[in-house]
Amino acid sequence: MSSDQPFITDESRVVTETRDSRMEGQGDRFNSRLREAFGSSPFILTKFDKFLNWCRGSSMFMLQFGIACCSIEMMHTYAVKHDLDRFGSGVPRASPRQADVMIVPGTIVSKFAPRMKRVYDQMPEPKFVVGMGSCTISGGPFQEGYNVIKGAEEVIPIDIHVPGCPPRPEALVYGVVKLQERVANGEAAPVTVKPYELEEFSDLERDELVEKLTDQIDEDELVMRYNFADSP
Amino acid sequence: MSLEAPDTPETDDVPERTPDELEALLGDLVVDRDDHLNAPGFVIRPDTVQETLSRLKSAAGYDHLSLVTAQEYENRYESIYHLKKFDDPTQEVSVVVPADKDRPVSESGEAVFRTADWHEREAYDLIGIEYDDHPDLRRILLPETWQGHPLSMDYDRDRPQIATLPAHANPLEEHHLDAESDTMFLNIGPHHPATHGVLHLKTILDGEQVIDVEPDIGYLHRCEEQMAQSGTYRHQIMPYPDRWDWGGGGLLNEWAYARAAEDLADIEVPEYAQVIRTMGAEMCRIAAHMLALATFALDVNGDFTATFMYAINDRERVQNLLEDLTGQRLMFNYFRLGGVVWDLPEPREEFFSKTRDFLDQLPGSVEEYHDLVTANEIFQMRTIDTGILPPEVAKEYGATGPVVRGSGVDYDLRRDDPYGYYDELDWDVVTEDGCDNYSRLLVRMREVEESAKIIEQCVDLLEDWPEDERTIQANVPRTLRPDDDTEIYRAVEAAKGELGIYIRADGTDKPARFKIRSPCFSNLQTLPEMANGEYIPDVIAALGSLDIVLGEVDR
Repeated sequence: MSSDQPFITDESRVVTETRDSRMEGQGDRFNSRLREAFGSSPFILTKFDKFLNWCRGSSMFMLQFGIACCSIEMMHTYAVKHDLDRFGSGVPRASPRQADVMIVPGTIVSKFAPRMKRVYDQMPEPKFVVGMGSCTISGGPFQEGYNVIKGAEEVIPIDIHVPGCPPRPEALVYGVVKLQERVANGEAAPVTVKPYELEEFSDLERDELVEKLTDQIDEDELVMRYNFADSP
Repeated sequence: MSLEAPDTPETDDVPERTPDELEALLGDLVVDRDDHLNAPGFVIRPDTVQETLSRLKSAAGYDHLSLVTAQEYENRYESIYHLKKFDDPTQEVSVVVPADKDRPVSESGEAVFRTADWHEREAYDLIGIEYDDHPDLRRILLPETWQGHPLSMDYDRDRPQIATLPAHANPLEEHHLDAESDTMFLNIGPHHPATHGVLHLKTILDGEQVIDVEPDIGYLHRCEEQMAQSGTYRHQIMPYPDRWDWGGGGLLNEWAYARAAEDLADIEVPEYAQVIRTMGAEMCRIAAHMLALATFALDVNGDFTATFMYAINDRERVQNLLEDLTGQRLMFNYFRLGGVVWDLPEPREEFFSKTRDFLDQLPGSVEEYHDLVTANEIFQMRTIDTGILPPEVAKEYGATGPVVRGSGVDYDLRRDDPYGYYDELDWDVVTEDGCDNYSRLLVRMREVEESAKIIEQCVDLLEDWPEDERTIQANVPRTLRPDDDTEIYRAVEAAKGELGIYIRADGTDKPARFKIRSPCFSNLQTLPEMANGEYIPDVIAALGSLDIVLGEVDR
């Protein structure tokens, strides 16, 4: 109720205007004061947002996305007995364009990382990611591997981490329900600028960036840099 | 459709040649002898690979190239061709091909054994040996932009890997949009529900027909061999095999490592532990085949979701039993060198009765699957006479497991190269003669029944086992240091086929070379043979019937 005007000011005027505009046809009915009041009142808006968030959190479409061992437990989570659908999030979609949530179930290696990023980029906003298993946290048991990305967070932002190798279906259900809670409480999708992009080059200017990288490349055609030894 | 009659002793009629006879057969091709614990090894010159292999194949009957191991020594590179016979896998021979340290070039064996194609590409990718005459020598597991060969000695791990823009150009952008051409290029995967993980199929279509399909693997290459080479024999390697074939094959994979390492270090496993191992391994096989059935039904027709749910339900039952036994649902880490980690759960009667309950309801649910899936007309139309894999082709590619048994080749290491307690038990090897997608599924479903038979006998044995003879582990030294320069290659029958491990010891407590022979890697190689010329839905069905697990393909 932080609107400048009280919600109902001069009763007769408001009512008359609306009724008049109704009787007279279109008028400024669609820009009535009532509508203006509704539109500008944060009270009403907040409620509506809350309603939408609640809807969003109660009906999440998952991306059908299997990478490694964890995907077996993920399948068990979707299937009978654990039945993720009980919580309103058990409909796997084969296309990223129809999905809200991506569960990352497994180890990410250098060849797959760009593909996973592309799949993530294809999902419409707002989108959320559940990292399943230790590999998506740190590389897990394969952390020392020459080819292994040390955590999915180096590629895409992650909202919920479910630790375990692999996590039991119950753990994944808990993680997904936690995410739904957060979404229902108004958590938005993360910003498009990813922390992993900022971290390495921090506040370098574009030219400085090129300069900094020139000793690592022959031509100026660098697009990607796998340096797993230094990654955090 | 025939069960192998149990009274045909087929391993006896294969003449076995002594190492000296083989050496005489090869004549002056042999430069030196380098025997391994499992087989005689003949060292040959790098330019006589094809001649040696083809002589061994045609004149001595070694028709199964199980594995190509590559490794680097201080003074040389080396490729080892591990040969076996499909008729009797206990007859083995290793062909050792040293290559020059400065310029490692060796002749390719691809002309003799088709399966050498991918194996040599992997050796080139990870070790850096170049193979002359190879039809298509490029990286297979790592990105094509990768610099260096990670398992070679001078590999610099700290060197940043830089990919250039041309290397990342969109493959669809230009050259596949050729207006003149009638064909269409189609990417299937690496993110696709029907590829069972992160497999990429480069497909060229003419209308709806597949002209060429090329599997592109490596999207899950997790450096398993490097992991094993940096772990100690006793405890640090055993957790990794669970993660090769995660479809339920945990204990079966652990057995592959356990068998190789126990034979290497000369450890005798107590009989009681062998029975427990056999029982656990067969439970795993049921879990793995249930998953294969579930996903295959889904691949073939999306309306088979019910089958998926039913099969997952049965998997849950097996997983509960395995959890009681091992303490874990999926990554068991239950085997130890010389036995298993702990005895059956107490109270034992409860475990036995639970297992019996499962076995009692199993025939009913298998019957249900036959009603739901194999007797279904749509399913039969999609699978019978599609994805044909003739037995000769299957052998040529080194296919094993249900894939080769679905082509009528009677090859099962549990019987032909016995380990564990299998040769004491009464069970049959399942083969089907259809060579198509349908037979491969039938083999799996009937193997479930055979596994149930094995588990039942094991439960009977365990129930009556005298209490004071329940030794679960042999005495194994705290630190294992097998003798310097001993080499062994041992395989077991895992859920997908022949899972072999090659270990070279260098006198330390870690293996100097640890090479995994993955059945899925060889099986997947047969996909173009099955798919070329078929319709695109049949490619998906053929892929599903191969039942690959990408963790095992890429390792």
